[in-house]
Amino acid sequence: MSDLIYQGRPVRFNSNIKTVEPPPGVEGEGFFMTKLNEVVGLGRKNSLWPLPFATSCCGIEFMATMASHYDLARFGAERVGFSPRQCDLIMVMGTIAKKMGPVLRQVYLQMAEPRWVMAVGACASSGGIFDTYSVLQGIDQVIPVDVYVPGCPPRPEAIIDGFLKIQDLVANESLRRRNGPQYQALLAEYGIQ
Amino acid sequence: MSEQSVVHHLPLPEGSIQKQTTTINLGPTHPATHGVFQNVLELDGEVIVNTEQTVGYIHRAFEKLAERRPLYQVTPITDRLNYCSSPLNNMGWHMTAEKLLGIQTPKRVDYLRVIIMELARISDHLICNSIVGVDTGAFTGFLYVMQYRELIYEIYEEVCGSRLTTNIGRIGGFERNFNDTAFQKLEKFLKEYPGVQQEFENLFNRNRIFMERTQGSGAISAERALAYSFTGPNLRAAGVDYDVRVAKPYSSYEDFEFDIPVGTTGDNYDRFMVRNQEMWQSMRIIEQAYRKVQDFKGAEAEVFHADVPEYYLPEKKDVYTKMEALIWHFKIIMGEIDIPKGEVYHSIEAANGELGFYLISDGGRTPYRLHFRRPCFIYYQAYPELTRGGMLSDAIVTMSSLNLIAGELDA
Amino acid sequence: MALSHERIQQKLAEKFGQENLQWEEQFGLLSVTAPKEMNLKILQFLFDDEEMAFRFLTDICAVHYPENNGAELAVVYHLHNLVENVRLRLKVFAPVEKPDVFTATNIFPGANWMERETYDFFGVNFVGHPNLRRILNVDEMDYFPLRKEFPLEDQTRIDKDDEMFGRGGSFN
Repeated sequence: MSDLIYQGRPVRFNSNIKTVEPPPGVEGEGFFMTKLNEVVGLGRKNSLWPLPFATSCCGIEFMATMASHYDLARFGAERVGFSPRQCDLIMVMGTIAKKMGPVLRQVYLQMAEPRWVMAVGACASSGGIFDTYSVLQGIDQVIPVDVYVPGCPPRPEAIIDGFLKIQDLVANESLRRRNGPQYQALLAEYGIQ
Repeated sequence: MSEQSVVHHLPLPEGSIQKQTTTINLGPTHPATHGVFQNVLELDGEVIVNTEQTVGYIHRAFEKLAERRPLYQVTPITDRLNYCSSPLNNMGWHMTAEKLLGIQTPKRVDYLRVIIMELARISDHLICNSIVGVDTGAFTGFLYVMQYRELIYEIYEEVCGSRLTTNIGRIGGFERNFNDTAFQKLEKFLKEYPGVQQEFENLFNRNRIFMERTQGSGAISAERALAYSFTGPNLRAAGVDYDVRVAKPYSSYEDFEFDIPVGTTGDNYDRFMVRNQEMWQSMRIIEQAYRKVQDFKGAEAEVFHADVPEYYLPEKKDVYTKMEALIWHFKIIMGEIDIPKGEVYHSIEAANGELGFYLISDGGRTPYRLHFRRPCFIYYQAYPELTRGGMLSDAIVTMSSLNLIAGELDA
Repeated sequence: MALSHERIQQKLAEKFGQENLQWEEQFGLLSVTAPKEMNLKILQFLFDDEEMAFRFLTDICAVHYPENNGAELAVVYHLHNLVENVRLRLKVFAPVEKPDVFTATNIFPGANWMERETYDFFGVNFVGHPNLRRILNVDEMDYFPLRKEFPLEDQTRIDKDDEMFGRGGSFN
């Protein structure tokens, strides 16, 4: 850390920064050639637009994650949207009751491909401590899930870790996955066309 | 409250441009609803003619769940009621259990509980007020104030280990004594927070845009508020100074000196101001409690729980060396302690109002019936009356200034 | 003059007859049990009378006692006199075959959702309620979940094995 004095106050600049490796490719003057899915993955993962589907306590930890102390916006999730048509990642945070299940499914169906789902918290992953008649035992009963973040509630660091795993999935996903037979079979299991 | 159950497209009077009202669905997922509840609004242009609420989108059957669990296992459920201020719910439940069991907690435990409860109250009011700011368009207050909520979370972590759903305390006291780091963080909070609160108020209290947005909308008179069984800051904003901490003091609140801020019109601005003033009063209480705790010296300063071997786990070193401690440990963990028969109703002043616990025990190992008197559930009924005749955007601000927490609404 | 428990007992016995009322006091809270037909009359009297003035309804809930034949469902009203700072608990019992209780919404508008929740959980039919529908559970539910005969878990779920979760049926 280098120290300076600026207008009488000590200022510290962080000069210990880490640069990320570019994807493997051929470089020349004024051009960089690589595979399409590398570039697309890089672009998508660093600009995910999450839809916070916050229902209960995990929603408050999400608010803490978005706030300045734990700042999710560092990872590209600056713009949280509430319209499913415009978002890539739905973060389901909190208990989903059976009354809420159809609502969640409808919101998921309204999202455009490619879409990812993150189940934050024990209740969204498996029903949590609420093994009762009114709680859906995990959102994977109604929609396919990509990443599960355990915890009750998970610490903001855990939510960020889940988000980083989503970013890994996004970066490494094949561009043909959404039209392929495996994905269609997965959706068919949930009754989604 | 609407007299018919489901009536949409109400006819509008003669001479209106539209023949019937527009029906709009707000929720259950909506950026403005902080939690999941649904409002179906009947609008005449932008003026609200009627609303209808649907709740239950996060009904988790707490009351049925509590019938399955021994007393100390009910505490994590109470966490999830008003999850912005879990310690308040936990303490209220422990006090209910102690009332039924006839346990008297030592003074130091009471004062430590007061510190934690008032911190929780501040943390809840911070969320409510900063979200009212966000709903009127001011995001800065929320980001600024969340940093101090993180400091409150750190204080909870020193005592119980977790931030949000704390499960703090035990029946009879606390699980561990407050260590020096907890007190250091508390001192840091006491030193820095008044400045932050002052800046937050400077941003909003006399801000012309904020005042014009919130004054006059969502008003309720004191008589109607009492008829709807309002409690807490919403009732105090309407002018009635009912506070359970003064009416029926618990946990040695009678030893503290504090005021009860009261509003006049019960509109959104008054609710905002009452919550701000309550935060100042909470700071006063915490300072007094902290000084009182510092006054305990020597052996008294090590007291952090009452002596109730049947409900409070003995220390591990005793479990390994003494026979009685081993037996109590076994009985408590295996859930073989019978609760005495009885019926008790205990209430505390939670952040939203009077949170009541109605506990009936028939002598078994788990409660026979546990009912939570949830303030949010009760005052949300008045939402049609609060919003009728107002604009759509005022309805949004009213919803957030009422501090509706979905966990407490549905239980 | 502060309102004492003896005064409450005396006035209610004068008005409604001592043979109808049973009294109990637990943990400082006076509790009166009355026949279910008289619940509105008692609530109205407690509201209107200048000395009683129980004008704040704290809570309404219900309890299911399956062993009391003929009086299985207890509806419990918690009332509060804010001026004198006195609380009172009123209990009425109803049989489970015909659980009709008069609604308190005309006296206390706040009783509306409290009674809907009681109906939702126990099936107590509040006669005269403007909008008696389920409030917290799904509308299609056909049973009343908090009654003792119904289990906590959803019986149709197939992924969780009760044996593994320690719910083989022996520990209740």
